[in-house]
Formats: sequence, C-alpha cells, structure tokens
Amino acid sequence: MSDPRVVKAPVIGVLALQGDVREHLAALREQGADAVTVRRPEELAAVDGLVIPGGESTTMVKLAARFELLEPLRAAIRGGLPAYGSCAGMILLADRILDAPPDQETVGGLDVTVRRNAFGRQVDSFESDIAFEGLDGGDVHAVFIRAPWIEEAGDGVVVLGRVVGGPADGKIVAVRQGNLVATSFHPELTGDRRVHAMFADIVRSHLAEQAGEDAGNERGVS
Amino acid sequence: MATPVSTPSTGTERVKRGMAEQLKGGVIMDVVTPEQAKIAEDAGAVAVMALERVPADIRAQGGIARMSDPDMIEGIIGAVSIPVMAKARIGHFVEAQVLQALGVDYIDESEVLTPADEAHHIAKSAFTVPFVCGATDLGEALRRISEGAAMIRSKGEAGTGNVVEATRHMRSIRAGIKRLGTLDETELFVAAKELRAPIELVALVAELGKLPVVLFTAGGIATPADAAMMMQLGAEGVFVGSGIFKSGDPALRAAAIVQATTFHDDPDVIAKVSRGLGEPMVGINVSTLPESERFATRGW
Repeated sequence: MSDPRVVKAPVIGVLALQGDVREHLAALREQGADAVTVRRPEELAAVDGLVIPGGESTTMVKLAARFELLEPLRAAIRGGLPAYGSCAGMILLADRILDAPPDQETVGGLDVTVRRNAFGRQVDSFESDIAFEGLDGGDVHAVFIRAPWIEEAGDGVVVLGRVVGGPADGKIVAVRQGNLVATSFHPELTGDRRVHAMFADIVRSHLAEQAGEDAGNERGVS
Repeated sequence: MATPVSTPSTGTERVKRGMAEQLKGGVIMDVVTPEQAKIAEDAGAVAVMALERVPADIRAQGGIARMSDPDMIEGIIGAVSIPVMAKARIGHFVEAQVLQALGVDYIDESEVLTPADEAHHIAKSAFTVPFVCGATDLGEALRRISEGAAMIRSKGEAGTGNVVEATRHMRSIRAGIKRLGTLDETELFVAAKELRAPIELVALVAELGKLPVVLFTAGGIATPADAAMMMQLGAEGVFVGSGIFKSGDPALRAAAIVQATTFHDDPDVIAKVSRGLGEPMVGINVSTLPESERFATRGW
C-alpha cells in the first residue's frame, strides 16, 4: 500500500454453520468491517477476527467437527485470533461447560465455566438493562434467549457485565480475556452496536500489532 | 429502538422473534418419544417438535389428532437440552395454555392436528411462549403475524414425503414479498386489502423485502436435497416431520439433512451426504389426495 495512512478494513468472519449469522454480519458492516461467512477451514484462514453467533451450540459443534473445522478453530484461537461469541458463541468459546450432553465439545480458549440454558426455558427468556464495563453511553439493553451464564471465571478473565435485579441478580454475562470477548446476550438483536464496535477495535488493534511486528522483523529487530 | 426496559421483561416480541432467529440455518425434527428426541439431538437438530403421531401416521390412522400427552412432552423435555416445541390444534387456546404451563419453548399452531375452531386462530400475543404458524401464501403469513405468530413456516402437505406443496408455498410467499417491493404507497393500501392483512405489516414487508419474522419451510421434506432446495428458495431453516423417523435409517438421514441445510448451496456436500442413507419414507402423490385429506387447506 503506497499511503500507510490508508488502513484496509479488517476482515471479520461470522461462523455460519447455524444461527443468527445475518444480524452479526450487518452489525459488523456498520463498524466498517469486511464481514464474511465462515464454514470451511480455508475461509477461517482468511479472517482477521471471528464472531461465533447465537444459535444452538450442540448443532454448531457437531457441524464444526463433521466438516473438519473444530481443530482449525482451536488452533486459530490459540494463535491469538480475536473472537467474540454471543450466547451459543459464549458456550463454544468456554473451556468448561455445565448442563450439556456428556459428549459436547467446545472450541475453548476462554478460562470460564459456562452453564447452558442457565436462566431456564424460553418462557424465562427476557430483556433487561445491564451495566457494561468499558463502554461509553450508559447501560446496555440486553436480550437473553435461553441464555447461558458464567458460573466461574479464571484469574485472567475480566468481568464486563452482570445481571442487575431479578432472580439471576449478579450473574456474570459478559467477559473479556485478551482478544476474546463473550456475552450471554444478543447485541446483534438490538440497534445498540457498542459491543460490535468494541470487538472491531480489538481486531484493528491486533492487526496493527501484527503489522508492527512484521515491520520490526523486516528491519531485523526482534 | 424500543424504549429501554429497566426491569427484566419476559415474553416480549423481541424475545419471541429473537428465539426463532437463533434457530436459523437449522433443522427441527418431529419426534414422538424421548428416544427419538435423543437421536434428533445427536444428529444436530436445533430443536425437536413433540407430537403424539407423525403426520404420516395421522394420515394412515385417521381420527382426531390432538395435542400430545403431557407425560410424553415432559419426557422429551427431560431427555434433551435443545429447545422442545409442541403442536396445538388451530384455535385451541387451552391446549396452548397447557403447553405453555409444561414449559415448551415454542408452540406450533398446526394444521396437521384437527382444527378446534373453524373461524378463529389463537390470539397469540397474550402468551409468554412464542408461536410458529403455517402459511400457504403471503397474506396468510401476515394474518398469522398480526395475531402474534413470532415465526412462520410453509404448510406444505405434511406426511406425504412429497415436497411439491412446500415448493408452491415457498415460491408463493417469496413472489408476494417481491411484488410488494414494486408498489408505491397508494398501491400498498390496495395490496393490504387483497392480502387481507394490516397495512402496517404490508408496508413493513415492502420496506424490509422480507417477513418481519423468521421463515422456515415444512411439509413433505424427505431428503437432504429437498431441504437444500427449500433453503435455496428462501427458507431460513427446515422442519422435517415424517421424513426422518419413517425412513430406513433415521439417525443417518437426520444428520445428512442437517448437513445439507448448512451447505445448501454446495452440491458436492449435498451429493456426499446423500449417499448410503437407505430407504426414504414412502411418498404420496399429492394430486391423488382428496380435498378432505389435505392438511394445507386447514386454517385461513
């Protein structure tokens, strides 16, 4: 690129095996990202960041295993690929899960224990305002659908949001650990784009760091 | 955006419609026992539909088809971790109340069961649990949405293993939506009258270029290629009724239909998963079905 000030839009993939893919693609495009679907290993290899959408976690993980995407996903996340999971995506990013079929695998990476369907069945699904650390503009209006919560978070995990009020008061529903972000709720279903903006910033920073490292390597600086 | 809700609210339109958004790209399978529900979950179903007899058996055995036994529904809810849907008869609001009390995740007000009311569908907005309803065309879909349906599916002709009616309904709904996009404001009022649907909904569909709720397909899907064809015709997901558990190898066929739905635009994958599935369900030629045995004509 001739002008170093012209920054290419980050390519952010949405895992498109099943779930509310379209809403995430739209939210990412509003953040200036080049948003693409990911169903195959070669598509995963071409993205700068990945969103794992809401949907049915058991279905997604079975399809990922069947189409040889599970190991590449694990490798990419171990390698530092920024990833954001909403609802089922949070379950897929978790290292440990509860209330799942005994053989249910995850991609992992987030040092948390997630409880599936923690709030109950669909009749218990709800929307509510929650405080969210590090976002300007006040509370986030959060939509929880047969949602999971985080039962336990490791030392390296920053808690960003908790439920306020109701029977689940204080439960952890948003976290960040390095380049990984997860929410129990679905910001893609509301017009509030702040969580997607935060994730797009993480992807851009990661790209800038990588570019810095590459430039350093070219100059012989280690 | 809607006004922020400070205390947790359940049963909102966004929570009901949002639940269906999470099912997109997935397959919902009819099951009649907890064991079948487990097979469906293991195959990658996004949800199961609990009912007492699959549509093919309802056809074969005749009689009045009703909501399932609560014990059976509870058994299925206990057996799987994925969402459980159940069917209520058209207009039977008490069956719907019972299903909500049992904790089902979605109610299908379904023409596959014998209608309980020949004039009125259930007033669905008042329920906390969301509803899916069948439709044969755009007007019918919009009438169900105006009653509170949070998800629409084609009716197809259930229990036939014949996809021809689902194709007709998907094409009809899609054509209806496309046509609205070509109309100006004054013409939309006439369209609303013709569609027998509220002008606000008609105008919204014209603006969005799609329904304001998720659209699945149902009725006669029996093979991976059937599911993929419906997806290419604009379905956002697939209901499979008799097609799985009336086939030779349900577990294998169920997994194949799930995979073909995700990779509906990739003929190589569809070819691969379509091999060695054993016998499909025996089909029925819809054109030889007498009018009185057609489920799709139930509801209006």
